[in-house]
Amino acid sequence: MSTHPPPAPPGAPEKAYEPVFVGSALERLQQLYPKYPTKQALLLPALWIIQEARGWISPQNMAEVGQVLGLTPAYVKGVVTFYTMYYRHPMGRHVIQVCTTSPCHLSGCSDVVEALLQHTGCGELGTTSPDGRFTVVEVECLGACGFATPILIGDDFIEAVTPERVPAILERYP
Amino acid sequence: MGYPHPIHASETVVLSRHFGDEAARDYAGAVERGTYKALKQALAMTPEAVIEEVKASGLRGRGGAGFPTGLKWSFMPKGDGKPHYLVCNADESEPGTFKDREIMRWTPHALIEGCAIAAYAIGAETCYVYIRGEFTEPLAIMERAVADAYANGVLGEAAMGNGPRIDMVIHRGAGAYICGEETAMMNSIEGKRGNPRIKPPFPAQAGLFGQPTTINNVETLAAVPHILNRGAAWYKGLCLGNPKSTGTKLFSVCGHVMKPGNYEITMGFPMKDLIHDLAGGMRPGRTLKAVIPGGSSVPIMNQEEAESALCDYEGIVEQGSMLGSAGFIVMDDSADMVYEIYRLAKFYAHESCAQCTQCREGTAWTTKILERILTGKGRGEDYGLLADLADNMTGKTICVLSDSCAAPVVSGIQKFRHEFEAYLSGAKVLAHV
Repeated sequence: MSTHPPPAPPGAPEKAYEPVFVGSALERLQQLYPKYPTKQALLLPALWIIQEARGWISPQNMAEVGQVLGLTPAYVKGVVTFYTMYYRHPMGRHVIQVCTTSPCHLSGCSDVVEALLQHTGCGELGTTSPDGRFTVVEVECLGACGFATPILIGDDFIEAVTPERVPAILERYP
Repeated sequence: MGYPHPIHASETVVLSRHFGDEAARDYAGAVERGTYKALKQALAMTPEAVIEEVKASGLRGRGGAGFPTGLKWSFMPKGDGKPHYLVCNADESEPGTFKDREIMRWTPHALIEGCAIAAYAIGAETCYVYIRGEFTEPLAIMERAVADAYANGVLGEAAMGNGPRIDMVIHRGAGAYICGEETAMMNSIEGKRGNPRIKPPFPAQAGLFGQPTTINNVETLAAVPHILNRGAAWYKGLCLGNPKSTGTKLFSVCGHVMKPGNYEITMGFPMKDLIHDLAGGMRPGRTLKAVIPGGSSVPIMNQEEAESALCDYEGIVEQGSMLGSAGFIVMDDSADMVYEIYRLAKFYAHESCAQCTQCREGTAWTTKILERILTGKGRGEDYGLLADLADNMTGKTICVLSDSCAAPVVSGIQKFRHEFEAYLSGAKVLAHV
């Protein structure tokens, strides 16, 4: 149930790095250049492009984006580690973020968390299901407290989730 | 309106008139309902006259601090030849607050109009709208609305056809509560870690990219077109309490109420009616225990305080708390105050940017001490320890995140000490938190 990839066996050939910023991804980034007075300001948008393409942001990705924007890999890592939505290891096909901050706690989010962990097979928060389908993470306030409990599956924001609704919601994410 | 509920007779709907109305969302629907008339009017005025009008309305920042909006705009230097920036703060992350989200979801063009008016008033060519990364739906809606505004000549080289250049960029956050702090937000847009900056220099002198910058909350900017359309005197007249608090405001009510949602009321409206009437009151058989009115970053109010407060900046201060972002977390007699305070402390510990020692250590230790109290390992001296930590966390850091953590802890111990006693005496204990 580890979220980290297994280490490569000793002596295995290193896979060549495939850059993200080629073709349409590079074009998308270049289209953003005129919107900001510095290249550095493109870092957050560029990291989003990487995550959309790869599902997470690897050290090699960090080095690549640093090269594209004229920043050191260490600087990029410093920024990546600051923001919780940038993932630094592979995640399940569908990442489920469930809010557990006070308003949702008052409204019964603990039961929603329980149901999510059970029906995804993740077992505990922060882990990926054995089939690689889901990762369930706990997040702080999703800003939809009047519609407790909100969850995010990928980019889908789902309001008023109850334990009873969980199985039907999960079915939509094969 | 109390979206998703129908408009309540006691509401004064200005910002929320079109919440829930699909047809009002797109460009044509918005224009049909009067959007962009105020921008046209503003562009025919001098920037100074726009600022004077907003000053006269009494509009104050809706993000939490309540600073007079017109005055903030007037701090921007004039004729300095530097690029000026407007930043729209849409990083709504304060627990209990979910009003800006509805403004962006239902009336994106009203927000664009407010941004464009503000940009004109402060001489900004570019407005960055910083939307929190988790707000996928508002992000998509705002992206689309900005593209439509460009396509229809509202934004771009000549705003509304004959105005100055006004550009708008949607910038997606990536999950950091602290980026709602204005200087942290500027760092985040610049591609940096979202650490708050030491002030001075204030943003109006040296802000985003080192240039004069104004940062306003979504709700503040969305109110501006209405002020221009209907006049400062009309807006100033919307007041039921202290004359320093004017206009309408969206109050997000959540937690233990029958009808959680956003309610737009005139400043000075009684909190008792907001909770017990508009928001539907408590669940059957339950009674009100506590309200945290400002989002979570303010002192907790007990039942008496909440039921006698007026909903405006001064009215809530009179009852020992603050209006903040007006996200009401309502708790009934079933709530475990020690646990809820612990959960809030955990929130702040997670969201501390870790730049200042008092905050990094203070939020973490506050959480740990509350955790040990909950699990039966609390000690008598923990009250003193928590108070000491809170003292070190208040007024001693670059931003107010640690103050925000201390506020519910100190007020919680003061007002609900018997609940802490139950844990410390061993009468109550949780197996784990």
